Amino acid sequence: MEKKMGFFEKLKKSLSKAGNGMLGAIFAGGERVNNEFYEELEEAMIVADMGMDTAERLIDALRDSLDEKGIKTRTEARQELRRIVADEMRADSEFAADKGPAVLLIVGVNGVGKTTSIGKLAAYYISKGRQPMMAAADTFRAAAAEQLTVWAERSGVQIVKHGEGADPAAVVFDAAASFKARKRDILLCDTAGRLHNKKNLMSELEKIRRVLDRELPGVPVEALLVLDATTGQNAIIQARAFGESTGLTGVIITKLDGTAKGGMAVAIKNELGLPVRFIGVGEGIDDLRPFDADAFAEALI
Amino acid sequence: MAFEGLSSKLQNVFKKLGGKGKLSEKEVREAMREVKLALLEADVNFAVVKNFVNKVTERAVGSEVLESLTPAQQVIKIVNEELTALMGGTGSKIEFGSKSPSVILLAGLQGAGKTTMAGKLAGYLSKQYGKSPMLVACDIYRPAAIDQLKVVGSKVGVPVFERGQADPVETAKLGVEEARRQLKDLVIIDTAGRLHIDEGMMDEIAAIRDAVQPAEILLTIDAMTGQDAVNVAKAFNEKLELTGVIVTKLDGDTRGGAALSVKAVTGKPIKFSGTGEKLTDIEPFHPDRMASRILGMGDMLTLIEKAQSAFDEKKAVELEAKLRNDEFTLEDFLDQFEQMKNMGSMQDIMGMIPGMDASKLGNIEIDEKQVARTQAIIKSMTPKERRKPDILNASRRRRIARGSGTTIQEVNRLINQFEATRKMMRQFTGKGKKGGKKGKRRFPFGF
Repeated sequence: MEKKMGFFEKLKKSLSKAGNGMLGAIFAGGERVNNEFYEELEEAMIVADMGMDTAERLIDALRDSLDEKGIKTRTEARQELRRIVADEMRADSEFAADKGPAVLLIVGVNGVGKTTSIGKLAAYYISKGRQPMMAAADTFRAAAAEQLTVWAERSGVQIVKHGEGADPAAVVFDAAASFKARKRDILLCDTAGRLHNKKNLMSELEKIRRVLDRELPGVPVEALLVLDATTGQNAIIQARAFGESTGLTGVIITKLDGTAKGGMAVAIKNELGLPVRFIGVGEGIDDLRPFDADAFAEALI
Repeated sequence: MAFEGLSSKLQNVFKKLGGKGKLSEKEVREAMREVKLALLEADVNFAVVKNFVNKVTERAVGSEVLESLTPAQQVIKIVNEELTALMGGTGSKIEFGSKSPSVILLAGLQGAGKTTMAGKLAGYLSKQYGKSPMLVACDIYRPAAIDQLKVVGSKVGVPVFERGQADPVETAKLGVEEARRQLKDLVIIDTAGRLHIDEGMMDEIAAIRDAVQPAEILLTIDAMTGQDAVNVAKAFNEKLELTGVIVTKLDGDTRGGAALSVKAVTGKPIKFSGTGEKLTDIEPFHPDRMASRILGMGDMLTLIEKAQSAFDEKKAVELEAKLRNDEFTLEDFLDQFEQMKNMGSMQDIMGMIPGMDASKLGNIEIDEKQVARTQAIIKSMTPKERRKPDILNASRRRRIARGSGTTIQEVNRLINQFEATRKMMRQFTGKGKKGGKKGKRRFPFGF
């Protein structure tokens, strides 16, 4: 429990680095809720990368709720907004890997931290007494498999890899066989970073997904999009494109230890219904943790 | 409303207001709301947008609408000019300094693309400037980062200096010495990705800079970065006194407003852009083109340039002659496909056309495999069949389908498409419109 608190403290600290809480200054800026307040709030939400549409929608929701409850002070408004965002961010379904064996297919554009996240996920599942293994299906980037191997050794999990330039679907095929034979319960699939507007690379992902579904029938696949917290409005387009080719079920937000707020996660949940499953707040092997909507809302607002 | 182009939005504004003559304050304000939204959607930083909009408003209010332009076009013209000016006007060249070897230091957040860019720069500068570079690996933190640089280095044929996980400051210094010993005239230092608020790591890179006195200190930034780009750029600039910026992953569909934010807060020029996965995918940065990309107005200039370099003048003249004599054959059709391929991927090309925005692209299937299949079909025909498609009977079509690994339906579709193109081209050449200049078009595919 103590450690958990420490972690959320860390998240809060990092989310509020740019000032006294992302929106802290606004809530402290005066007593009454007035038009100026809403304007400042909208501005702050845009600066947090929530995007115009989401910011407007949240503010409408806040306005309605404040009117309804007769709330007039900014302090109370803050609590209300936290509640709204937390409700918004709560996942509507259970995470498959929490229930039993599952495949976590990790996808995303280049440089968001897919390989690192897999390294940390392996450590996380080991700590939970699970039996994870890795598939190094990024056969494109130079030394990607080596990078993942270092992580595999750190947490002592098995890794399936082929040489650079190999067919990633073949890596996944072998990994699936090994997963069955060794009776593991979490298969972590790394994939090469790819821009979502490259059709060929996206069909490669479709193929990987097909192999998983075919070779591991009955094992649910959680396809998770890794998003760098610094990403702007392009994140939504990414989520849409990756969703089409892999049937995304959730999101991992990395690098929340910088000054970026990760506000696009709110937009993605709102527009596409994709919940955040994990967040990364540091370089340490245990700095990737399950997402907590209340803690996130509190840290953000 | 998400990604409707700015031009059409502005046109709507002015349709409502029906402005003519001078731009009134009311019209400009209304138009600026749209400009502001477009810039925010493109991830330009909020504060930068505010300043920019104020500046443009000042200039636009009361300005005369030029004879040849609509009010909407006039506003876009002003916005585009101001944006280009803010982006840095013309392109900025790389500096090598007076010392040899010249040193280039790359800095940036994790995952911005420094290692890949180090390799691209090494390849580009040796080819374009005749430099003899050496890469120095100073990322001792990310697992296998050194291996990655080595692989990248060997692909571009540039040696890599590394000392494993040893002190990166010392490694940088020794790297430069080693380069001097090997008579290299350029050193590119790859550093670990670091957060701009990590004081220890920021001190480290400042120490590397002090040890090697780089001619260029370049911040590498991901084109997809959102509002936070200003914080990152400001922090790196304050600590390192950057000399320039590199924007990576511009081959995505992001509008890339971060580039503008970074330029605005640091005042440092953007020197290069990364435009693809291959190590040759690096280009000098064009501020004017970035301006229209951010506005969602497409990148007509690049398109035109690409078209000029890819389309063989002579072939174009030949084609015209053929068209005029109605001799357009499947061979020419194939030729066109190949020339189109030289221009880059279809998506690249489509993305550069004004009015083609991301959302619309999503609906049009541009399947490069389809292009390859088309080529296969034509190549499975005999020369005679290519020249005289009329002889393609059922049995020939069956053979072609088998030969190209496609189906008869696909072969039929291609032939229909060819016929349609031929018909369209006949209209293009303006038969009957004697003396008309229509036949001078260089773009047989009606874009």
